[in-house]
Order: sequence, then C-alpha cells, then structure tokens
Amino acid sequence: MFGATRPARSAHGQDGPVLIQAEALGLARGGRTILDRVSLSVSGGQVVVVIGPNGAGKTSLLRILLGLWQPSSGRISRAPKMRIGYMPQHVQVDPILPLSVRRFLTLRHRASEARLREQMRMVGVPHLLNAPIQTLSGGEMQRVLLARALIGEPDLLVLDEPAQGVDVVGQGEVFGLIDRLRRDTGCGVLMVSHELHLVMAAADVVVCINQHVCCTGRPEEVSRHPEYQRLFPDAGAHGIGIYTHHHDHVHDLAGEAKPVSGVSGKADHAR
Amino acid sequence: MLDDFVTRAIVAGLMVAVVAGPLGAFMVWRRMAYFGDTVSHSALLGVALGFLLGMNLNLLVTLVCVMVAVILVFLQRRQELASDTLLGILAHSALSLGLVAVAFVEGLRVDLMAYLFGDILAVTRGDLVAIAIGGGVALLLLILLWRPLLAITVHEELARVEGVPVLPVRLGLMLLIALVIASAMQVVGVLLITALMIIPAATARRFARTPEQMALFGAGFGVLAVLGGIWGSFTHDTPTGPSIVVAAMLAFVVLNFVPWPGARRRPRP
Repeated sequence: MFGATRPARSAHGQDGPVLIQAEALGLARGGRTILDRVSLSVSGGQVVVVIGPNGAGKTSLLRILLGLWQPSSGRISRAPKMRIGYMPQHVQVDPILPLSVRRFLTLRHRASEARLREQMRMVGVPHLLNAPIQTLSGGEMQRVLLARALIGEPDLLVLDEPAQGVDVVGQGEVFGLIDRLRRDTGCGVLMVSHELHLVMAAADVVVCINQHVCCTGRPEEVSRHPEYQRLFPDAGAHGIGIYTHHHDHVHDLAGEAKPVSGVSGKADHAR
Repeated sequence: MLDDFVTRAIVAGLMVAVVAGPLGAFMVWRRMAYFGDTVSHSALLGVALGFLLGMNLNLLVTLVCVMVAVILVFLQRRQELASDTLLGILAHSALSLGLVAVAFVEGLRVDLMAYLFGDILAVTRGDLVAIAIGGGVALLLLILLWRPLLAITVHEELARVEGVPVLPVRLGLMLLIALVIASAMQVVGVLLITALMIIPAATARRFARTPEQMALFGAGFGVLAVLGGIWGSFTHDTPTGPSIVVAAMLAFVVLNFVPWPGARRRPRP
C-alpha cells in the first residue's frame, strides 16, 4: 500500500518536500467507522487525488487533513509554516450580506489590485471582480473559490470537488489550471473528485478509498487494480468515468460493513 | 448642557445607536436575531443579582449576558435540540428567572417597566459615563474583530483553515453583544434591545454595497430612530423606548417598500 514509505514520483520532474503526511488515520462517529487506517502524503509539486464512492469518507479525510476535525486514531505531520489554500465544496453567501467578489477574495489575505486581476484572469472570470457574490452561477462560484484558495500563495492546495457545477469545457480548464499551477509554483495539490476521467489525467497519485485505502499508486496502476475496477467498473471500459460503482461490501443496519456474497444483484448506484 | 434630562436622553440614545447598528449588521448576517433576544432577556437576571449583591448593575448585566451567550453557543453545538427550540426555551426561562429573582430583592421597589421597556428620560450623568465606557469598549472591540468576524461569517471552515482563531473571535462577539445589551438596557429595555440592533441594520441593506456601508448606514438609521423616537415621545406623550422602536420600524417600512430611485434591488439567491 502507498504510504510515507513509497512516495510516488511526480510526472513533472522532482517532488518537493513532503508537505503533509498522514499515517493510519481512523475516524469513528457515533459508533460507526468512517475511516480505517488511511495513510497518505502530499509533497510539493505533486497532485494527489482521493477518489471513492459516496460515503467512502473522502470529505471526512479532507477535513481531518485540514485540521477541522480530530481523527480518532492515527497521526498527521505537517510541514512547519505551511500555508494551505482550501477550496470548499460549497459556499453560499446569504443575500443579506452585501459582498463583492473582490471583498470575498480579500477577506483573509490582502492583495494588490494587479494580483487580484491576475488571479481572476487565471481562473477565467476577470469580469466578475466587482460583481456581488450572490449573483454568480455555480460554475463561476467554483472558479472564484479557486481564486480565493490561490490568493494566499499556498504551499498546499486542498480542493473538495473542484469541478462541481462547472460545465465540461470548464472542467478541463480547471484541471488544466491546477496542473499548470503545480508546475509553476511547485505547490502540492490534494483533491477529492468524482470526475474520474479528468482526475486520471491530472493526478500523479490516486488514492482510492472506501473507508480504508482500497488501492493507491499512479493513475495507470490504479486503473488496472482489481479493487478499483470493482469500485468503478465502467471507468476503464469507456475511458470515461461515468460515476457508477459496485460496492465490495454492503452496510447492515448498524452501519457495519459486510462483504457482498455472490456476484450478481449488487447495489448499483448511478449519479 | 448635560443638566437637561432631554439632552442626556439624546446623548445616551445616540451613543447606543452608533454601536448597536454595526453590531446589528453582524446579528443579521449571522442570523442571530433570536439569539440576541435570548441573551437580552437574561439581562434582567443580572439586574436582580446586582441589587442582591449591591454591585454595579452594568457590570453584572454584562457578566450574566456573556455567561448566557457562551452557554448558549455550547448548547447549540450539541445539536440535540433544534436551535430555535433551545432559544425558545431559554429566552422565556431567562426572562422569568429574572422576574422571579427581582421579586426576591427585599425592601426595594424595582421599577420593572423601566428595565423591560427602557427609561431613557431617567438617565443620569453616571449612567452616561457607564454607557460611554461600555459602548466605547464595544465599538473598539468591533473594529478590532471586524475582519476576522466577517471572514467567519462568510464561511467559518474556510476562515479556520486560513488561520482565523475562530473560538476567540466568537467569544469576542459574545462579549460585544453583552456590552451593547448592558448599555442599551436603559434606552429601550431588555425586551426591545434586539429591535434597536436588527431593524436599522436591515433597513440599511438596500442602500449598502459593502459590509462596512451596511454597518455605517445601520448606525445612521439607529441615530434617526433614536431622535425620531424621543421627539415622538415628547410631542405625543408616548413611552420613549417603544417610540424609538416604532420610529425604526417606520423607517424600515418606508425605505424598503417605497420605490426609491437609485436603490439597488436585492439579488435573488
């Protein structure tokens, strides 16, 4: 299994220093196991993507790595003075709060006018700098969130479903931008995503989790892995990740995982 | 100049309005109207304790409000009861506890109406000093906490990841609310304090393009409400505290429902 002992090499040259390293993270909530001995690490210049079916604990893992939640077990070490740029999955600002995109971007980090314009141009929405944030569409908001994550010049970029709500062309742009950023700035990228086909192209390391780490490695290794093929049976066949998967286990009423017996009649979820 | 009770009333009212407006903006943004109500209802308990212990009323009201606010935040975190249920229970329990506690104060005739609805015309020079100190500290605290408070209001987790010390900032906000309640108690009374914070801020929304504008305009509308209320109370011989709230309400209705050239429509979510 992938872990600190076997950091994958970046496809784009040398890896930078290890930014964050998690060992055997466990999380239990209300007696239910959400994460079980999950290990991963992200180095500078590296794109690590966490994939997995719904309820696999992807977002929980991200929250623990961000320091928002405490793990029930395991250890996290972060590089000293590391700056994190975080792009949450969903941000909605109540219309009662008058807030322009400009103010939203500089809520935490002050930035020069030139830098603000540059950042907005980079994410492809330069015309929205002075728009009230409530008037943005879902896709525009995602881009602004990415710009906000970048404003503080982060060492580690943490993205939760960065392409959600963005149209197909835009998704390619977002992932292309992330790829360029890591090359230009050397920042590490950790993201959770559903967009398998784009993720596979952008990732250096894919960590496939379903509470525990099912498989991990370079995209091409992971896509050949039987565990991956079981979780995403259609991904390999069509070259496109249609989000359909089979569970390798079912959850009983107490929420405990049980292996599925038999091959046919498995739960089949599509979204 | 401060010998005149009307002048004192106006000065007291203006000082409170100037800080209640900007704080009210935060209460509106953070959906804390009912929270503020609950905390202000507990202020009466502070009054009763002040009488029983023979200590400064403003100080005890501030202390009790801070305590209630902090307890509320922790109870809300447990999420066993819906927030509105919890606030509904505590708002009226706190008020009743206060009323019962006041009844225990022996040998002292407490003018309950003055605490419930305010008695701005009875403000003394000493009260003015107390309001100035409480309001001044609150205003200073608000300016210091402005940016981090705004950051956690927009998205608390994002702010936390970006290094905003969320817990101290939230505790600071609790202290702020308590200070303003203690200062405003004499102006509009514990039952109406939230109105003096929420209504001017809500009135200001339509005219504001930035959070700061909304806070400043909120202060401005609060000032207008205080002046209008005191004037109305004088000319029509009505109770002053409720008159101030009526004035604020009138401004809200007129400015929000009458077409106003140049005013921006609220963006639809």
